[in-house]
Amino acid sequence: MKTISTLKLILLSLLALAVFTGCKNDGKSEAATTSPAASTSEAKEQGQAFIEDDESVPNVLQIAIGSPDHTTLVAAVQAADLENALVNAGPLMVFAPTNAAFDALPAGTVDDLLKPENKDALANILKYHVTPGNYSKEFLMKFKKLGQANDQSVPIEVKDGEVYVGGARIVASINAGNGIVHVVDKVMLPPSE
Amino acid sequence: MKKVKYSMLGLLGLSMIFIGCNDPGKSSNGALASSAAEKVYIAPGQRDSYYAFLSGGYSGNLTVYGLPSGRMFKEIPVFSQFPTSGYGYSEETKPMLNTSFGFVPWDDLHHPDISQTNGELDGRWIFVNGNNTPRIARVSLSTFETEEIIEIPNSAGNHSSSFITENTEYVVAGTRFSVPVPQRDMPINEYKGNFKGALSFISVAPDNGRLNLEFQILMPGFNYDLSRPGRAKSHGWFFFSTYNTEEANSLLEVMASQNDKDFIAAVNWMKIEEYVKNGGGTKMPANYAHNVYDEETHTGTSTMKKEVITVDPTDVPGAFYLLPTPKSPHGCDVDPSGQYIIGSGKLSADITVHSFDKMMAAIEGKKFDGEAYGIPILKFEEVMAGTVKSGGLGPLHTEFDDKGNAYTTFFISSEVVKWNVGTWEVLDRKPTYYSVGHLMIPGGNSRKPFSKYLVAMNKITKDRYLPTGPEMEHSAQIYDISGDKMELLYDFPTHGEPHYAAGCPAELLEPRSKKIYRLDENKHKYVTSSPDQARVERNGNEVHVYMSTIRSHFTPDNIEGIKVGDKVYFHITNHEQDFDVPHGFSIIGQNTSEILVMPGQTKTSVWEPKQVGVWPFYCTDFCSALHQEMQGYVRVSPANANVELSWSLGE
Repeated sequence: MKTISTLKLILLSLLALAVFTGCKNDGKSEAATTSPAASTSEAKEQGQAFIEDDESVPNVLQIAIGSPDHTTLVAAVQAADLENALVNAGPLMVFAPTNAAFDALPAGTVDDLLKPENKDALANILKYHVTPGNYSKEFLMKFKKLGQANDQSVPIEVKDGEVYVGGARIVASINAGNGIVHVVDKVMLPPSE
Repeated sequence: MKKVKYSMLGLLGLSMIFIGCNDPGKSSNGALASSAAEKVYIAPGQRDSYYAFLSGGYSGNLTVYGLPSGRMFKEIPVFSQFPTSGYGYSEETKPMLNTSFGFVPWDDLHHPDISQTNGELDGRWIFVNGNNTPRIARVSLSTFETEEIIEIPNSAGNHSSSFITENTEYVVAGTRFSVPVPQRDMPINEYKGNFKGALSFISVAPDNGRLNLEFQILMPGFNYDLSRPGRAKSHGWFFFSTYNTEEANSLLEVMASQNDKDFIAAVNWMKIEEYVKNGGGTKMPANYAHNVYDEETHTGTSTMKKEVITVDPTDVPGAFYLLPTPKSPHGCDVDPSGQYIIGSGKLSADITVHSFDKMMAAIEGKKFDGEAYGIPILKFEEVMAGTVKSGGLGPLHTEFDDKGNAYTTFFISSEVVKWNVGTWEVLDRKPTYYSVGHLMIPGGNSRKPFSKYLVAMNKITKDRYLPTGPEMEHSAQIYDISGDKMELLYDFPTHGEPHYAAGCPAELLEPRSKKIYRLDENKHKYVTSSPDQARVERNGNEVHVYMSTIRSHFTPDNIEGIKVGDKVYFHITNHEQDFDVPHGFSIIGQNTSEILVMPGQTKTSVWEPKQVGVWPFYCTDFCSALHQEMQGYVRVSPANANVELSWSLGE
């Protein structure tokens, strides 16, 4: 846990640095991004994900960034440009697969998904890990399914007192400023329609 | 291994820094940054080209802004007491806040809508709704004052309001919370099947705008969220988004999200109007306030109404249908042609578009998928025209330009998405700062949108402005939508919580804006039409002061013979007939606010003196070079004193 918070501090200060040096207060930076070029580039350095705030309880994105067990997930979120969606008022419930969960996917899967041409597929998978809501592990036992941010439903099962979401077991839960992070032991793959 | 990953993240951080600094560099190459500034700059003395009326949410009031400058011109008090003008404090305006629950000095003002003729903005009035203690208000766009407030019985959480039909035949008010109708003592968990959702149709008199609650439709106990009128070909219909079709009465965030689809309810109000005209419907006892402010008497009156006509939807076949719509739709918006009804499933990524033509064909062909409480449910595939695959998250609300495009806000992904009505293709997207609720394009919910500016109203401000403690005013952004791509121009703070706004070209309202009230038309019961009429009259322990004002004195300004225990009414008539020269009035220890009296107007302030002495009053508005001289004294004697009632000026 200690390493997590140290790392979090480092990363937060990096983020803070990005905000400061990102000319956020310049006033020109917004107008600058209004070129007719692809608008997705704008989200990169602007938005709620890049606000400096060391008083509030960390949000779901900050928690993920601060965890050494979720570096693959964070890299994936950044590759899919989903940072700003994860810092919204939500509330958001994020099922966060560990690095080991990503490693368990067939060889090459993660590398493929991180390629720019697979951004949409990656975003779809990641959004399948996000619910608009904030429920504890115990409360989740009341559900049969959850409606996910990619517009699909994920089933919930309880086996031997453990909660499984889309087949992934909740191994830990961390409350966030804008919701909750449930650490899961598998990557949840959206059902094909 | 771990170390490697740390440095990868470090690199990511570094790359952010690079990106962050590169962009402003780019901008200096082009003229874009400066052109954005030019586009919102209104030189001193120049005027904005559009009015924008932003709802104040929990402020209870309506604010008036200019576009593109984002400058706030006025706060119009509607549902909240407002010391700035004395609204809700003056004797004339207290009746405006009367309800069946007594005096309610506040409400949660949500959705402004400007009156229309033939589906185009006509700029006569703006209607707004009070969400908490259900009320609809009509505000004059000549005086910019609240002229009328009608309470809505059998309703609760008046959210699906206040939207008008395209000739302002009706202003429509749907209930968010279903409740027992009539209200009664019953267990909460017997909600399902027993509570009703009232959709109220309030007629608007074409000549003077007077409101009358014509009929209420008692719909199934869903939550009615937002609504829009049909227009052009769909004129005569009204569309209401619903959620909680599960009819849950607890933990709605879970229980009301169980159904994959809720409904947009299509209501043929013309058919119901005819049914009611022919004697249909049930007269039901009710108790609701109807408050009217008369511009000639400068006085509000409150009347309690005792009856309402209710309509059971199963009694009017062919007037009610349900259109399945995914994921608890919030926005329910109709395009300028009246052909498309857009449902924004707020927990969804996609936007569902229904076709009016397909709906009519499905009704004709009886393409039903069961029914709910006797109301036919149309088959989803038979009414759906298309889906906008937005890539965003949490669509809320849509408005339109005059080029066949729609603009939808996305709350969770904090952005405005522009898409084509017909091909459903996403054309552009721009971030908002942050977590946008509704947006507004002047005329963007009419047959004739003005496609110049779009205002996005956000729920969260965070770091946009200099910090002012934990509470920040909500931010809004202005975008130029005249080109193919939206361009962010400007960012400004709003007042209260703007849930929605309405806007129109400045030239629609500028010529009608009133400058003064004519003194010779003042029919106030207590008017002082000339200074020699100024006087003080006693009636038991009630004292009426007929007082006039002109730069820079009150007539009279010395009053004696007032006693402890009196109730003193100061009826102030402002004799100025010069634009923008109000006078104010306040007196020490008064248990109310000051009043601000416009030229030619009469307003009344009450004072109940509790202590013996000589007490000053003064003008609260810096009216003139001799404003500091504009004052007077009231001598207050003991209750049993024999001091004669007298008044004077300059003696």
